[in-house]
Amino acid sequence: MPSLIDIRRRIRAVKSTQQITKAMKMVAAANLRRSQERMLNARPMARQIVRVLSDLAARVDPSTHPLLAQPDLSDGDQVLLIVLTADKGMCGGFNASIIRAASNYIVEHRAQEVTLGVIGRRGRDFFRRRGYPTRFELVNFTRKPGYEHAQAIAREVIAAFTSRKADRVFLAYNEFKSVLQQRIVINQLLPMPKAHFEQGDPTAMVDYLFEPSPQRIFDEVLPRLVEFEIFTALLESAAAQNAAQMVAMDNATKNSGEVIDALTLTMNKVRQAAITREIIEVVSGAEAL
Amino acid sequence: MALPAHLALEIVTPDRAIVHDSVDEVQVPGSEGYFGVLPGHTPMLAMLQVGQLWYRKGSEKFYLSVAFGVAEVMPDRVIILADIAERAEEIDVDRAQSALHRAEQNMATRDQDLERARVSLLKAISRLNVAHRARTRG
Repeated sequence: MPSLIDIRRRIRAVKSTQQITKAMKMVAAANLRRSQERMLNARPMARQIVRVLSDLAARVDPSTHPLLAQPDLSDGDQVLLIVLTADKGMCGGFNASIIRAASNYIVEHRAQEVTLGVIGRRGRDFFRRRGYPTRFELVNFTRKPGYEHAQAIAREVIAAFTSRKADRVFLAYNEFKSVLQQRIVINQLLPMPKAHFEQGDPTAMVDYLFEPSPQRIFDEVLPRLVEFEIFTALLESAAAQNAAQMVAMDNATKNSGEVIDALTLTMNKVRQAAITREIIEVVSGAEAL
Repeated sequence: MALPAHLALEIVTPDRAIVHDSVDEVQVPGSEGYFGVLPGHTPMLAMLQVGQLWYRKGSEKFYLSVAFGVAEVMPDRVIILADIAERAEEIDVDRAQSALHRAEQNMATRDQDLERARVSLLKAISRLNVAHRARTRG
C-alpha cells in the first residue's frame, strides 16, 4: 500500500496535468474557430476562380497548356505525393493516420516511383528517419498557414511538373468534416482534372477582349488555381488539426478526472485503514492493562 | 439590348472577399494600363498589375490598392481575383513608408534581386497613394 503522502503527491501531479490539458483544449477551440473562419473566407475566391476559368476555357483550347497535359499513369512514372502533417503532436491520431495513408499509398504504387513533398515537422521527422526519397520539406507554419506558403509549395510543384521530374502530383491531407471527424483525402493536383473546364456556356458571348492575350491569361490563372487548391488544403488541414487537438485534450482532461477520482478513493481508504489501525492499537493496549 | 444600370463588383483575395457591392463605375489597373468600366462594358479578361483601383457608387469614390491577379469584366459584373487587395482605410501608412525605404535601399545596394525590390517598391508607392487619397478626401 502506498503511503498517504505519496497518494496526495500523485493527485497533485495529475491535477496539474489536467489543468494543462484543459488549457490546451481551450486554446485549440479558439484556434479551431479561427481556422474555420479562414476556411469560410476562402470560399468566395474558390467560387470566382472556377467561374473565371470555365469562362476562359470555353474560349481557349485548354489542352494546349502544359499544366493540363494528360499523360496516362503507367509503370515507372514519377509521382510526387505531397503530405500535409502537423508541426506538433498532442492531437490524437491526426499525424499517425495521414502518415499511414501516405505510406500505404507508396506501397500500393510500387510500380511508380513515388517521391514525397512533406509539409509539417511530424511528417518530415518520420519520413526522414525512414529514408524515404523526399523532394522538398517545409515546416513551421501548419498551425497558421498563409497564402505565401501555398505559393511556395505551388512553385515547387509546378517546377517539378514542368521539368518532367514528376508526371503526376497528388496531395494528401486531413479534410475537416466535423469537429469529431477528419477524413483523409488524396487528390490529384496535376495534371489538372478535366472536370474543372467542362462547364461554361460558349453560346453566351460573341466577342471577348483579352488583355494582353488569352494564352498569357491562362498562364496566369492556372498556376493560381494550383496555389489556391493547395491553400484550401492547408486551411482544411489546419482546421482538422485544431479539431483533433481539441478532442484529444478533452479526452485527456476527462481521463485525468477519472484518475483523480480513483486516487482520491484509494487515499480515503488508506486514511481510513490507518485510523482503524490506530484505534485497534489503542483498544488492545487498554485491554492489555 | 438594354444596358444594365449597375455593375456587380466582386473583389476577392485568397483570404477574404473584400468588396461585394453594386457600383456605377470601376477603374482597374490592367497590365497594359488602367482601364475604366461602366455598365454595359464588352466582356473582357485582363491581367492586373500593382496599382490603385477605385470604384464609384453614386457620387462617392472608394479606393483600394491591389497587386497581381486577373479581372473578368462582363456587361453587368466585374470580378477581380487579386493576390493582395487592401482598402484605403486599412493601410498602415507607417509600414508602407518603411517598406518604401527598404525597397529603395534594396534597389540601390543589391542588384541581384532587382525584380523583387522593384515590385515591393511599386506596392509601397501604390499603397501610399491610396492611403493619401483616403485622407485628403475625408
